Amino acid sequence: MADDIILLDFWPSMFGMRVKIALAEKDLKYEYREEDLRNKSPLLLEMNPVHKKIPVLIHHGKPICESQIIVEYIDEVWKDKSPLLPSDPYERAQARFWADYVDKKIFELGRKIWTTKGEDQEAAKKELIGCLKILEGELGEKPFFSGENFGFVDVSLVTFSCWFYAYERFGNFSIEAECPKLIAWTKRCMQKESVSSSLADPFKICGFVVLLRKKFGIE
Amino acid sequence: MAEEVKLFGSWASPYTSRVKVVLKLKGIEYENVEEDLSNKSPLLLKYNPIHKKVPVFLHHGKPIAESLIIIEYIDETWKHNPILPIDPYDRAMARFWAKFIDEKIQPAVWKTLLAGENEREAAIEEAHQLLKTLERELNGKKFFGGESLGFLDVAGNVVVWLEVSQEALGMNLLDKEKFPILHEWCQRVLDDDAFKQVMPPKEKLLAFTRARFEAFLGPK
Repeated sequence: MADDIILLDFWPSMFGMRVKIALAEKDLKYEYREEDLRNKSPLLLEMNPVHKKIPVLIHHGKPICESQIIVEYIDEVWKDKSPLLPSDPYERAQARFWADYVDKKIFELGRKIWTTKGEDQEAAKKELIGCLKILEGELGEKPFFSGENFGFVDVSLVTFSCWFYAYERFGNFSIEAECPKLIAWTKRCMQKESVSSSLADPFKICGFVVLLRKKFGIE
Repeated sequence: MAEEVKLFGSWASPYTSRVKVVLKLKGIEYENVEEDLSNKSPLLLKYNPIHKKVPVFLHHGKPIAESLIIIEYIDETWKHNPILPIDPYDRAMARFWAKFIDEKIQPAVWKTLLAGENEREAAIEEAHQLLKTLERELNGKKFFGGESLGFLDVAGNVVVWLEVSQEALGMNLLDKEKFPILHEWCQRVLDDDAFKQVMPPKEKLLAFTRARFEAFLGPK
């Protein structure tokens, strides 16, 4: 293939989805390989021996791991189309800060919501809403996090939106009721083909979580 | 001008030290604001309301938090003596290993300190494996950045600080016989001019580490 790109991924992963969005934004053709995480391929273990995780981007045979690092790599190599990071160094630092904030908070809190009950779950819900409200505040009245254009922070966060239904179902709460502007932003992002073609169906994600809960023995 | 650049930090924080090393390597003048981490200043809390931590870098009145993000900003703003590699693949590798240090090695080291007797051996084994993985990345080079200090050497300062301060914690996690290559790299880093000027005096660091560790564990 012209660009010689392979993506090792697992369909429910919000981290893999980030890479799919970035590749779509840059109009890149690539080979998609679905991994079975209970039976990881030799290629995955060879390309990511340190973490043995997806996503892994393999470009000209060389692996890049960790979704935010992959997205920055894609942005730097294919810099002439749809830049995801702003050009101003201060704006770039802010974008990296907020993408890092998403990484530090959202996954763990979301996971706690569908794996715990009672007080632990309540605490996780409260904290998740708190973090989403902070992000909503950072978005403000702008269409996207960096302003007029879809960018790095949007890519980092929007992939969690297809998991919101599962969080709400198992946590028994409504994210839209608490963060309406953020949900409006997710809908705005979904109008972009790169996003709508990359995110998984929320109902399928929920079904996946049901299976995981059974596997972990969570009632 | 010095007054346009400020760094809020703590002498005892290796994360603050990372930024200081880069400012030294680039010859950038700045105003150093020493924070008392037990009594954080209103300015620090204003400039980093999300994490409330040091370091915070202020340029033309605009704050940036998180040491590695600050370093990338400095590298993009003062382009001489680049800290990050030029090639996008090499940049991705440098970022990957810096993240490995912060998200894997650091927590593993802490785990060995806090582990109960039953878990200590397993915790030490895990930390050793992670340090070995990092050591392999040196791959015959003088520094991770090649001939001179680069992004990963700066991020790796926490490993250097561990080497220096571990005796205060009664441990030998970074045993120079188990990790000869990493040990030699630590010595080269400690010998670097910029690093030397920024590293706190060993006795001061040992005393601080000892006191902090004892406070953390509580009275025996």
